[in-house]
Amino acid sequence: MHLRSELKNTQREQHLFRLRLGVSAIVVLICFCILAARFFYLQFFKYDHYQTLAESNRISLVPIVPNRGLILDRNGVVLAHNFFVYTLEITPSRVENVETTINNVAQLIEITSSDRKRFKKFRDQSHSFESVPLRSHLSEEEAARFAVNRYRFPGVEIRSRLFRHYPQGELGSHLIGYIARINDSDLKSLDEKDDLPNYKGTDHIGKSGLEQYYEEQLHGTTGFQQVEIDADGHAVRVLSSSPPVPGNNLTLSIDSKLQDIAEKAFGEHRGALVAINPANGEVLAYVSQPSFDPNLFVDGIDPDSWRGLNESLDKPLINRPMRGVYPPGSTFKPFVAMAGLEYGKREPPYSIGDPGFYTLPGSSHQYRDWKPGGHGRVDIQRAITISCDTFFYGLALDIGIDKLAAFTSHFGFGRKSGIDLDGELAGLLPTPAWKAKRWKQKWYPGETLITGIGQGYLQVTPLQLAQATATLANNGTAVRPHLVTSIQEGGGKGIIRPVAVQIMDKIELSQPHIDLVRQGMMGVTQPGGTAASIGAGAPYLIAAKTGTAQVVAIKQGEKYNAKAIDERHRDHALFIAYAPAENPRIALAVIVENGGHGGSVAGPIARQVMDYYLLGKDPTPPPATKPEPMTATTEPEPHD
Amino acid sequence: MIKLWLKRATAHFDQFLLITLLFTLLVALFVLYSASGQSMDRMMSQATNIIVALVILWIFANIPPQHLQRVAVPLYLLGMLLLIGVFLFGDVSKGARRWLNLGVMRIQPSELMRIAVPMLLAWYFARREDALRFVDYVIGAVMLALPVALIVKQPDLGTALLIAASGFYVLFLAGLSWRLLIGLGLSVAGLIPLVWPHLHDYQRRRIEILFDPYQDPLGAGYHTIQATIALGSGGLAGKGWLHGTQAQLDFLPERHTDFIFAVFGEEFGLLGNLLLLVLFSIIIARGMLITINAQNTFSRLLAGSITLTFFTYAFVNMGMVSGILPVVGVPLPLISYGGTSLVTLMIGFGILMSIQTHKKLMSA
Repeated sequence: MHLRSELKNTQREQHLFRLRLGVSAIVVLICFCILAARFFYLQFFKYDHYQTLAESNRISLVPIVPNRGLILDRNGVVLAHNFFVYTLEITPSRVENVETTINNVAQLIEITSSDRKRFKKFRDQSHSFESVPLRSHLSEEEAARFAVNRYRFPGVEIRSRLFRHYPQGELGSHLIGYIARINDSDLKSLDEKDDLPNYKGTDHIGKSGLEQYYEEQLHGTTGFQQVEIDADGHAVRVLSSSPPVPGNNLTLSIDSKLQDIAEKAFGEHRGALVAINPANGEVLAYVSQPSFDPNLFVDGIDPDSWRGLNESLDKPLINRPMRGVYPPGSTFKPFVAMAGLEYGKREPPYSIGDPGFYTLPGSSHQYRDWKPGGHGRVDIQRAITISCDTFFYGLALDIGIDKLAAFTSHFGFGRKSGIDLDGELAGLLPTPAWKAKRWKQKWYPGETLITGIGQGYLQVTPLQLAQATATLANNGTAVRPHLVTSIQEGGGKGIIRPVAVQIMDKIELSQPHIDLVRQGMMGVTQPGGTAASIGAGAPYLIAAKTGTAQVVAIKQGEKYNAKAIDERHRDHALFIAYAPAENPRIALAVIVENGGHGGSVAGPIARQVMDYYLLGKDPTPPPATKPEPMTATTEPEPHD
Repeated sequence: MIKLWLKRATAHFDQFLLITLLFTLLVALFVLYSASGQSMDRMMSQATNIIVALVILWIFANIPPQHLQRVAVPLYLLGMLLLIGVFLFGDVSKGARRWLNLGVMRIQPSELMRIAVPMLLAWYFARREDALRFVDYVIGAVMLALPVALIVKQPDLGTALLIAASGFYVLFLAGLSWRLLIGLGLSVAGLIPLVWPHLHDYQRRRIEILFDPYQDPLGAGYHTIQATIALGSGGLAGKGWLHGTQAQLDFLPERHTDFIFAVFGEEFGLLGNLLLLVLFSIIIARGMLITINAQNTFSRLLAGSITLTFFTYAFVNMGMVSGILPVVGVPLPLISYGGTSLVTLMIGFGILMSIQTHKKLMSA
């Protein structure tokens, strides 16, 4: 009985299954019939229609490349624009012998050896059916001369292409950046963003600086024309077209005159300067020296120029303001002082008697002050003014490294400033937890001491330092630094969208503490301060701090002698300042690599920038940049 | 002696199916040569893929279905583990997270799931066959939905869709009630407005552009427009091998992978298309015959699902190329260039042959 019911069950199941499979077969049949009907429709009924489209007159979609947006400075000075140039291009697959062809063309039009090298590089990177530029910027006469002889050169063509041009040359090249030919990795990232169709016909893309960061704004929307082309590939007529939308224009906060003065002030020195309006985060000058000419890249840089730039010991391609990391040295002290005051550690009238060194309890190691013999009695305000190391050793230890890091991080140390450029580095704000993770070692008290004077593991970018100074000048309100102040749509005709000021952090600081630190920093540029000469003759008050960052370690008991060491091993000079001190309109940070002492090399650069920005004073002819004669031969040089 | 050995080696081949497959693959090589711009390298590389896939087919044809039944659960669990691995630490390529880097090699676990999902569901319903209740379908649906959801998230809509289909076929063949089916259909229709906002932009655009490819003739609609022109201009007998202007002049994108059918249709015309439909129909019919003759529920359900999934591949791809279905990344089975999908397909056919031939041996 049981067996029979199971059998019956199986039979019923089999029946059900067959029914289901039968239904599936019918569905399959119906679907395939739909497909067959569709094929019949396309290939039989509409054959003539598609035949016309495909065979006798092939429809081609011709992209119309939009004009790339302009980049203008705050006064409307053009920093990047476009113009049409004639280029001579070869399609290798349509040419029998490329070398011979180039040689023949060279008899008509000048082809330099760097043109040849560049052509070879491009050719290696592209498909044989793609048109590869051999020479650009042909003159009208050259273009005409070739046009007459064109029949002799199948596969060689003159094309008119939009070129990017940076009329200011080396000025601000690190912030403006450049565009260059789209390569495989650009294609990949465009594909990931699903942006590839919009780049049909576009050869160039932003590779660095604002050109890269604002690529989407600058590029615009590609238009297209639906054209009929005959069997030879010539356009017969336009069927439909949608015009391109030009890219958006960028207006910067940069004042190109100020930028120029700042760059010139560096002379032959390497280094960086960032100047910010503390109230709204607008970047007024953004200097990285030495610089380079971005126009070299647009056209495809030739291998020799590239090697020159890339292998230079001066590293002109490094974007120092955001990718150069340096120990801040004594420029870190005002922030340590602020932390000390806010944590209630060094309220005046607290003072110390400085013997010229500091020793940790239970240790004989002497942490030296830059001034042998010490500064005598020092309170917090004077400690900033004279840059007393001993004072800050003790203060840092008293605050503790974790609290110090937590407090100063609000000023932007150890994190990116958020500027509108790609590739910014975050520097390093060390903590015991970081050290345990990175080096698997415990933190020593001595490391807290040297962090207190801006040495040790601590690393900052010039941009961070400028941002921190701006935050200090702005009484603790950190505004995101930015270069673009407004974006105008539709290539200078559309609406203007201002970039909103963005508050990053608001540090609660008490006014008396702010005033104390400011007084200390104002003292720096007054007689008795470490950069008294910088304040001399200025009709406005400057709050500043000098700094020196060690490049090579000095052994215990050894003396630093700038003249005895190789130029590239000399200390970096740093200088931060904001002015006018009572109502700051500009905050800046300057780093001069291997410049020695902060006050003597970096300070004058800062002064020239402030003089122009606040007074409109143009320092032409540029003053000599050689260090002012110091009394250093008899006295120890302030190694603050 | 050699004869005997040969006989034993080929004992588990289903000759009828094998010959049809080989013929289709041969056609595929010719189409590929044309579609790749007459690249001998591409063709040789696909020929290598075919040989590897045939070896794998032979291996699977020799594994008795009972063994498959036993490994169904661990295989599924392994697949899920790998999918979760992809979700957490997969390599991103082209904006999608599909690959898992195991150090020695990169694998795409969603491919494994194409086989593992129908196997698991067939195993489950075979186990519960005497006492199937409503809750079993719910459990089955959950076991199906988990991997599908992970694959949608990658995002790989094409594969997710096919796996969902393969699982659905098992549920359907196992006897999912019609009332439920209709209810399901209606609720899916109701879900569309809910799912719509969660789709990726590009997925949404593909569906929008299906209805109006000229909305974006340079971008997403370009594929469809150019493919339709290629097919339509092929006419009755086609432009001839290597003579498709759309294909040869570079108008067709992805023409050796997902859009290879457009090349085929342009060069071989309506007659070629119908022939291809017939070839596919023969393969499907053979698969259904194997299904009907299968000896136990597991084999039946698995064979049915494999056959119908193959049909789905073909239908979805041809449908998208001819412009009646949205462009989802589904290759044309047996014809498109690519080793991975070919191997997965051949595993399926290997299982079909195994079900067919092991039955004969058992009854003998």
